[in-house]
Amino acid sequence: MIRLTNVSHDYGGSGLLSRVDLHIAPGAFYFLTGPSGAGKSTLLKLCYGELRQRSGDIALFGQDLATLSRDALADTRRRIGVIHQDCRFLDHLTLAENVALPFVATGRPVPEADLRELLTWVGLQHRADALPPTLSGGERQRAALARAVIMSPEVVLADEPTGNVDWEMSQRLLSLLVELNRMGTAVMIATHDLTLIRAAKSAVSARILRISDHTLQAAGSDLS
Amino acid sequence: MSRLPRFSGLGEAGRIVPASGHTAVLTSITSAAMAFLAVFALALSLSSGQLAQRWSDTLAQSATLRVSAPASEIAAQTAVVVEILRTTPGVASTRVLEIDEQRALLEPWFGPDLPVEQLALPRLIEIIEAPQGFDPVGLRLRLAAEAPGAILDDHTRWRRPLVQAAASLRGLAWVSVALIAITMAAMITLAAGFSLAANAQVIGVLRLVGARDAFIARAFVMRLTLGALIGATAGTAVGLLAFALLPVAGDTGFLTGLGFRGLGWLTPLAIPPLAALIALVATRAAAFRVLRKES
Repeated sequence: MIRLTNVSHDYGGSGLLSRVDLHIAPGAFYFLTGPSGAGKSTLLKLCYGELRQRSGDIALFGQDLATLSRDALADTRRRIGVIHQDCRFLDHLTLAENVALPFVATGRPVPEADLRELLTWVGLQHRADALPPTLSGGERQRAALARAVIMSPEVVLADEPTGNVDWEMSQRLLSLLVELNRMGTAVMIATHDLTLIRAAKSAVSARILRISDHTLQAAGSDLS
Repeated sequence: MSRLPRFSGLGEAGRIVPASGHTAVLTSITSAAMAFLAVFALALSLSSGQLAQRWSDTLAQSATLRVSAPASEIAAQTAVVVEILRTTPGVASTRVLEIDEQRALLEPWFGPDLPVEQLALPRLIEIIEAPQGFDPVGLRLRLAAEAPGAILDDHTRWRRPLVQAAASLRGLAWVSVALIAITMAAMITLAAGFSLAANAQVIGVLRLVGARDAFIARAFVMRLTLGALIGATAGTAVGLLAFALLPVAGDTGFLTGLGFRGLGWLTPLAIPPLAALIALVATRAAAFRVLRKES
């Protein structure tokens, strides 16, 4: 689905990512680890086309990112659910409206039954009318998850989704992502929380990737 | 769940951009001020057009013939001229002004006690033209031959500069309307640029969920166009109210004739939708320019 080949990127200074090869396969589950500033968020942004690589090739669902038109990239992003640590909501819209935003942005009618079901799934059915600033950290993350999956994406990329929540809530979020993966959605979670990764081992068969020295390495054995 | 998303009213895209913010207020205020000025420019244009038409019609339908001759011959000369006019094609009627009428004409300059009878004043003959008009060149030649003391004044030398002045005034008024529209477009373009910059987070979120540029642009266009429409409606209403409250002092003078008449009152109603159209075009162009630049 998403394939990076020999991809390098930097922000104008020294190289941040160097010669990264990655293939996110359908139904796979990945943890992406590494210290803060290693390039986890950058790698995720490259995966959904928010950033353009300095060199190398990126293919999204078989299409070369470099040749995608602006509209084609927007259409491709609809197949990728993204969860940010800061959630990125529109604060003047209600939680339900924020969750439904992908439908609105694509000009499709909001399926009310699906929305109700989704909000119930993430445990926020009672907070549908709430504005984002009034939500707790856990509620925001669950709302971001709901928004990321409402269009039934083929892959979900989560950037530190448990960064602002307590352990209990991070376990709940993880279980939601695992459940999503069991339904066939590929999931990649960028996190520096190794305890979260260890906790997931019993629930899901995940590949663990680590960014170290600007390169992407398999790190499963280090965490066992 | 008590309520589900309602993206209605403004249109789904319009609600996505927050209604608050100084750019939305700036757009509304600018539109209101420009619409107010446009009402005045429109009134000036319509009034000067009507004035030019009135002057032209009034002066074009009449002429004056002045008969100068010694006192002993003036009655005979006048009779000859009247006969010439009677047989001239295009002359509907003629009327020799009475002494009292001539006195009234001179009264503003010489006062009411002027002994007109003792002055060697020419006789004045008012000519009312038929719709097709008469041939002034031919009439002058005939008068020169048969009544040398008669001089025809067909008002051309008065009419032409007055009509030209009124037409120029009308042209200037339309230039003012055009400048107002251009200024408004420029201001709204700037406001759109500010709005896009101030709402970078909104754009980021929309891109994240797969919105195309057209949708993002539409969201900003809807918001700013609505602001422009509301502002222009308010400005037009205030402008029309100001004209409605202007004192009416007759319709003969230019300044007292400034305003709208009859169906002319409906003309300013075109200002709000035109302002909205200008806002739509300006915002759309600005939005696409910014969106292309930032990616």
